[in-house]
Amino acid sequence: MSVSQTSISFEGYAPGNFFDELIEASGHPRPDAAPLVDAINRLPDGDLIRRQAAIERSLHRMGITFAVYGDTSGTEKIFPFDIVPRVVGCMMWRHIEAGLKQRIKALNLFIDDVYNAKEILREGIVPRDLVEQASTYLQPCVGLKPPGGIWCHITGTDLIRDADGAVFVLEDNLRCPSGVSYVLQNRAVMKRNFPQVFATCKVRPVSNYPSRLYEMLRELAADRVSDPTVVVLTPGMYNSAYYEHSFLAHQMGVELVEGRDLVVKDGFVYMRTTEGPQRVDVIYRRVDDTFLDPKVFRSDSVLGVAGLMDAYRRGNVALANAPGTGVADDKVVYVYVPDMIRFYLNEEPILPNVPTYICQRPEDQKYVLAHLDELVVKPAGESGGYGMLIGPHSTAEQRAEFAEKIRQDPRNFIAQPTLSLSRMPTIIDGELHGRHVDLRPYILHGISDTWVLPGGLTRVALRAGSLVVNSSQGGGSKDTWVAAEPGHGEVDTHADA
Amino acid sequence: MLSRVAESIFWMARYIERAENTARFVEVTLNLVLDQPMGVDQPWRPLINATGDDAAFDKSYRVADAESVTRFLAFDKTYPNSVIRTLRSARENARSVRESLSSEAFEQINTLYHFVDAAARAGSQPDSATEFFDVIRHHCHLLTGILDATMSHDQAWQFANMGRLLERADKTSRILDVKYFTLLPSVDSVGTALDDLQWSSLLFSISGFEAYRRHHHMIRSESVVDFFLLHPEFPRSVLFCIENIQSSLAAIRGKSTDRRHKKPASQVTAVLKRLHTTTAKDILAFGLHQFVDSLQGDMNRIGDRISETYFR
Repeated sequence: MSVSQTSISFEGYAPGNFFDELIEASGHPRPDAAPLVDAINRLPDGDLIRRQAAIERSLHRMGITFAVYGDTSGTEKIFPFDIVPRVVGCMMWRHIEAGLKQRIKALNLFIDDVYNAKEILREGIVPRDLVEQASTYLQPCVGLKPPGGIWCHITGTDLIRDADGAVFVLEDNLRCPSGVSYVLQNRAVMKRNFPQVFATCKVRPVSNYPSRLYEMLRELAADRVSDPTVVVLTPGMYNSAYYEHSFLAHQMGVELVEGRDLVVKDGFVYMRTTEGPQRVDVIYRRVDDTFLDPKVFRSDSVLGVAGLMDAYRRGNVALANAPGTGVADDKVVYVYVPDMIRFYLNEEPILPNVPTYICQRPEDQKYVLAHLDELVVKPAGESGGYGMLIGPHSTAEQRAEFAEKIRQDPRNFIAQPTLSLSRMPTIIDGELHGRHVDLRPYILHGISDTWVLPGGLTRVALRAGSLVVNSSQGGGSKDTWVAAEPGHGEVDTHADA
Repeated sequence: MLSRVAESIFWMARYIERAENTARFVEVTLNLVLDQPMGVDQPWRPLINATGDDAAFDKSYRVADAESVTRFLAFDKTYPNSVIRTLRSARENARSVRESLSSEAFEQINTLYHFVDAAARAGSQPDSATEFFDVIRHHCHLLTGILDATMSHDQAWQFANMGRLLERADKTSRILDVKYFTLLPSVDSVGTALDDLQWSSLLFSISGFEAYRRHHHMIRSESVVDFFLLHPEFPRSVLFCIENIQSSLAAIRGKSTDRRHKKPASQVTAVLKRLHTTTAKDILAFGLHQFVDSLQGDMNRIGDRISETYFR
């Protein structure tokens, strides 16, 4: 193969008019990325490509794949992986970590408030209609008091950086955020296939995520049961994130159950085992809210468990995340998160939102309709990058279609300026090219502790110029290296891979 | 463990064993044909008979020859018991219980599936068909070894073990039943080279040629029947398989006094009692086909009892 003889280096790589995560405008590596860039430049000819190919083979062998909805052939694809890791400096990480902790604290107070006292609505800080009429506002959750007052235990917040490198929150993902298994597997394959470079850079480890997750889940029932049984609830193997459900259950050493494995009797939840029924105390559920219990939500759901909400309401089982968190995940409610931080915490937001136009506001709508070719328009309730309009890349026809949709249902649309997302050197056809990235860190918000996994999923839009990083839309991923604090001992080494 | 998981692991192991047996039957027959003089009846039809799926074969193929039988048994995606389909089923089952297997075990099933799938996609017959089936067989053995060495021998493992053994006992009895009658006319006559070749190939199809030689030296019909059905130590004999199912059931029961464990155990005990008190001579006097037929009924009932007790 001729390509294997190609030498890859950063010489000749130009960041252009973008903020590049590894290379400064001058063409020099950023200080935190210098050891990595030097190590790659010193690799023998063809070495990087060869390692990239080895990693792809091992991902395929391990069956780390996802199913694509709408693809009837049933083929599984590996989530494309790029070997050049992102490096996040320790000062930048401190900033991100503090901002995420602040944000999840305020969001939890908000969810608890809107299902109970409703102070923020009474004060008029968030419009009452917006919350109470949202399809994600679940009546059966009104008045609920989850253990420790925590609704949202597991979050994967989408962050982006603009042309100046400033960090913004793009989406909060408070329902069933996925992708953390890729973070762990990406790190594992990097350690196996690229140990030398790893050794020269001091990187904080990510492998303790499953044990952190388990402890956090266990704690939710600790006041009721001395040795709680924790399970992961999956919609089943045809769900696109099934691999992750299975991976997390495996890593935590708990059962992966489907709705049909569970049964509710006398207000308690049991799983059907070869030894007969066994009590379940904590459910990390990866089934959407409205599918959880056909008695309370969608009666046609076969993924859930009849009577589950009753058991939950009686406090006999803990659910993570609690049902009802979607109300804070609405893209219109998102606009108010900075106000929530000020209201509940009396602090200024550390991480800003992306400026957002609310199509329901007449003046905003007018602006949006007049500037569709510059803006990104998103439906308020969707996730996964579905149903978006990217103005600068759209046709006149698509814009006309969206203008009509916005006029028909303004509540369901928001618009944001097309940000010039930061880029990363990425291997494309045997050469390094700049590609846009985002970052999804994962936050565990438990009763006694809030913890941010140092790193997260860096998603990369592999198509030239594309800003859409979702795996369902042709995105890939990279390992994310958070540089260790100077003098700190906790460093990932290839020895423990 | 979860009932659903137990069932999936049981079937995963059954399907892998089914694929391995099919691969071995085809491989042995391909080898036999190479050694056969011209003009001798080709041994392909009995292979279809052994599956019990003659109707499915006849619907899609006109003659039973090396090409059609290999295609049907290995690659036919419309035939649920072809190697490719059973491996797909094994992998689907494995995928649905991935967290209960060791990572190594899942990777091995995945690798095996992709190996056969790539060959099926290529469309043409593999360059060296015997080598292809040999590799499948090795992959299956590797999986058994991986399960053995990387998983706790807990309930999950015991259910896999029972699935494998039940399938194996079924296949051993079937191949004996079918081949015995095609070979029988020549066995009472003085053993010619051809007879020896045919009977050896029957022994090869349960990987038993060497073990048989060590025990019996001479190929005689009664000894072959004894070896296939009643040998206490050869791991593919029906008796050996059922005895080990009994051990797995005991391990699953553990110290439990729950009465529900009794159902499958007593069915197994009944079958074993029958095998222990029968000789090959009795079987031949009774009628081999009739005996194997009722034995298969017994084994199906073992499967039913396991399913009712643990998978519901």
